[in-house]
Amino acid sequence: MSAFKRDKKEEEDGGGLPFQNIEKSAVLQEARIFNEASVNPRKSTAVLTKLLYMLNQGERLSPKEATDVFFAMTKLFQSRDLVLRRLVYMGIKELSTMAEDVIIVTSSLTKDMTGKEDMYRAGAIRALCSITEAGMLPSIERYMKQAIVDRSPAVSSAALISAMHMTWFAAEGVKRWVNEAQEAVLSDNIMVQYHALGLLYRIRRADRLAVSKLVARLTRLSLKSPYAVCMLIRIAAQLIEEEGADSGSPHFQYIEACFRHKSEMVVYEAARAVVNLERTTSRELAQAVSVLQLFCGAPKATLRFAAVRTLNQVAIAHPAAVTACNLDLENLITDSNRSIATLAITTLLKTGAESSVDRLMKQIATFVSEISDEFKVVVVQAIRALALKFPRKHSSLMNFLSAMLRDEGGLEYKASIADTIITIIEDNPEAKETGLAHLCEFIEDCEHTSLAVRILNLLGKEGPRTKQPSRYIRFIYNRVLLECPSIRAAAVSAMAQFGASCPDLLPNIQVLLARCQMDSDDEVRDRATYYSHILARQDTSLYNRYILDTLQVSIAGLERALREYLDGEGARPFDMLAVPVAPPPQAAELDAKPRAALAKPPPTREDNFAERLSALPELQALGPLFSSSEPVELTESETEYVVRCVKHSYARHLVLQFDCLNTLNDQLLEDVRVQVEPGEGYSVAAVLPCPSLPYNESGSAYVVLQFPEDLPSSVATFGALLKFVVKDCDPATGLPDVEEGYNDEYMLEDLEVTLGDQIRKLGKANWGAAWEEAEGLFSEMEDTYALTSMTSLEEAVTNIVKFLGLLPAERSDKVPKGKTTHTLLLAGVFRGGVDVLVRAKLALADGVTMQLTVRSQDEGVAELITSAVG
Amino acid sequence: MEGCLLEPTLYTVKGIVILDSDGNRILAKYYDVKSLPTVKERKAFEKNLFNKTHRANAEIIMLDGFTCVYKSNVDLFFYVMGNSNENELILMNVLNCLYDSLSQILRKNVEKRAVMDSLDIVMLAIDEICDSGIIIDADSSSVVSRVAVRSDDIPIGEQTVAQVFQTAKEQLKWSLLK
Repeated sequence: MSAFKRDKKEEEDGGGLPFQNIEKSAVLQEARIFNEASVNPRKSTAVLTKLLYMLNQGERLSPKEATDVFFAMTKLFQSRDLVLRRLVYMGIKELSTMAEDVIIVTSSLTKDMTGKEDMYRAGAIRALCSITEAGMLPSIERYMKQAIVDRSPAVSSAALISAMHMTWFAAEGVKRWVNEAQEAVLSDNIMVQYHALGLLYRIRRADRLAVSKLVARLTRLSLKSPYAVCMLIRIAAQLIEEEGADSGSPHFQYIEACFRHKSEMVVYEAARAVVNLERTTSRELAQAVSVLQLFCGAPKATLRFAAVRTLNQVAIAHPAAVTACNLDLENLITDSNRSIATLAITTLLKTGAESSVDRLMKQIATFVSEISDEFKVVVVQAIRALALKFPRKHSSLMNFLSAMLRDEGGLEYKASIADTIITIIEDNPEAKETGLAHLCEFIEDCEHTSLAVRILNLLGKEGPRTKQPSRYIRFIYNRVLLECPSIRAAAVSAMAQFGASCPDLLPNIQVLLARCQMDSDDEVRDRATYYSHILARQDTSLYNRYILDTLQVSIAGLERALREYLDGEGARPFDMLAVPVAPPPQAAELDAKPRAALAKPPPTREDNFAERLSALPELQALGPLFSSSEPVELTESETEYVVRCVKHSYARHLVLQFDCLNTLNDQLLEDVRVQVEPGEGYSVAAVLPCPSLPYNESGSAYVVLQFPEDLPSSVATFGALLKFVVKDCDPATGLPDVEEGYNDEYMLEDLEVTLGDQIRKLGKANWGAAWEEAEGLFSEMEDTYALTSMTSLEEAVTNIVKFLGLLPAERSDKVPKGKTTHTLLLAGVFRGGVDVLVRAKLALADGVTMQLTVRSQDEGVAELITSAVG
Repeated sequence: MEGCLLEPTLYTVKGIVILDSDGNRILAKYYDVKSLPTVKERKAFEKNLFNKTHRANAEIIMLDGFTCVYKSNVDLFFYVMGNSNENELILMNVLNCLYDSLSQILRKNVEKRAVMDSLDIVMLAIDEICDSGIIIDADSSSVVSRVAVRSDDIPIGEQTVAQVFQTAKEQLKWSLLK
């Protein structure tokens, strides 16, 4: 009884367990018993176990401590106790990275690995491998070769595994054991077979032909080991992908045959391989899917998880192939493993029909609170995809999202929901009002500052254009009363947007702004004062310029321009047009990485070009860079010299940058320049050659042209000729053989200077206001065109946007389905800072008819645009 | 969760962890130095893993770029981790092997105290299942046979009749309970 009591008490204290509260110094002290003349196996085992446990708990030893213990441990080789000896092997492996002079035990270990005691040999080989260096390999090579083909599977496996580890530092030496490994592949033991195959592949992996032969030989042998078969499937799949083989190849047939293997592991591996192969045809995919479908009903959770995860992957690329499993997937929605349920749902959301959406959403709602944030994000992404696919379902999806918004969750999760709602609002005008209402409700109780600021910004942009703008003011002003300074500042900006866009609300907004001027924070007061003054002027052009339109410059570019300005004399006012613009991020990019948009934007292409060009003294006089075109190929990509051209526009000049690449290894090119035959009105101001162009390097030559005074002739086609001095050279060294080269030239394709090259995209937040404002001030041109080659409105819109190089405003580049007329609104700046607004009314009949109205500050520019379209 | 072809490699297992019912480490082996290099990160990972798994008995979870299969008994949690794209069934085999081996070694008595009492043998068993991420063997009976039994275990010939009878009775009981 008393013993029981003590036991119980000990348990409560937690003191009954061995190895509790052990201390490093005490253990190291105890380890001295290893040094005693006659080894006490029982005591030594306990101490060594304690030491290993301590290391496993994360305790670190200094090199000195480790070396001392290591040497003490080697004394234990005297004992023939099985457990102790094997613990010593483990100790050697643990300490081999920390202690010094570990090779001292090599002879003891080689003696063990060649000895009679089978129990020692495998462990000794593995311990030996951990202390071996590349230089020691020859001395143990003979033993390793013997061990690989040993009749004991444990020894053979240990040798193969050790050889595998050694390939990392002594690949050449291990290659000599390939014959033994070949023999081991034929072993009866399944693990030996697996390890041998792994080693063979590792040795030969660089030689595709050898790998191919290996696979061909082993596929005929029908390996016993399921692990080896999985490995073989992976190797075969990789070969198929590298060779670009199709489903007729023997490797592919082997993988297919594995669908009928008796081991689930192999069947699954084969299905995974087929799913992930690029050239899988629908027939094989269907086979793989049906195999996975069987797994969906398996009693083992892991099997179900594996199946659903792979089906989910298939659904991304081929949703149709998975529809056959919809029923099985629906059964998995209620799975007790939430990961399986979530994957099943998201798969269904990808494959499901419109009719099943409501039911699915209801089912998700029952368990969404129980899953981890990571999976919630997956669900949200699936919903976003769904909303884009079935716009009519927006109300039920939106309700669901807002319910999710109210739940607990981290920033990433909340941000992904808000992103999704914003995407839906942008994509689907019908969903706008409900979406905004949900977001308003959300910011009432949002703990994430960055998210609240984004939403306020969105409210400011979208709110004024709804039917009842006034309802949003309350939500926004509440933020001013309750939140931290950065949110208050964002709220002030949002209110100002309402004031600028809705004249009837203006008096109220002014009152609110006046109150904000009493705020305790500088930024909030500054903004309120600024907006309140602009709004007091009641001048729409001021509104447009300073409230509604946001700054569209790349931040890095602005910083650089400002610094240059401060370094200069500062006599002239700062010119905003000199700063390169950053086009607003496209929707596609946002989809790809929603988080990236929040991070610091990388420098734009224009920034890079501006930096490079401003380094050339000849170009500094031209003023700031206005815009740069995409590179145009002037040669075929496979020719001797590859030339691409980037067109840079300045206010009055055009700089052509020719990026040349020399692909001939026996030629050194010097004085590489491009001779252009400019169109009418253009004049060549300067030619900057590239002094030297060695093999496989690229260099740039420049031509500076002056734009013609007469605008219409600025759209032109140039002939171009590459001229250079060739010096033959030694392909090996790249040094020229001769002093003197000879002149040569190379014909390039013609170069077009288009309208788009001279225009910079500019976003107008409120295009309508800008258009009206421009009515009296700008010159207007109008013309009607028949675009006979276009067959749809989408095609016409894409082509017009591309041709004019302007930025579509108010999402007018999206053509609603089933409409026969559409109005495209565009805005931009012509070189020299001339604003351009374009309205294109499109109608679909036989081809597309377009009525184009251009408003611009400069009559010539308007004329140029209307004439260029024709 | 992007699908990609799996690299044909023997290095399958990223880690084997045994935790107790409070989430404390009993034993942990990490075979991939790159993904969790420091002791601190590993402990944090274990904490996170335990929090996500100790309530739901769900067998498998994706966490921090690992596929993790797990199993619990009385006051122990066993985990086997692999690459996020790894064949889950292979990992499951390893986990089952780990559990079954320990169960045989500890005479079906898979709980914390038993593990701590036979820690040397348990460590040897893990060492016989996986070497630096390569699966050595995933068959529990072969693992148990390779882990030398304790030398103080009396060979069956020298046991008393009563002892043999006791062992037989226990084994029968367990086979009935299964």
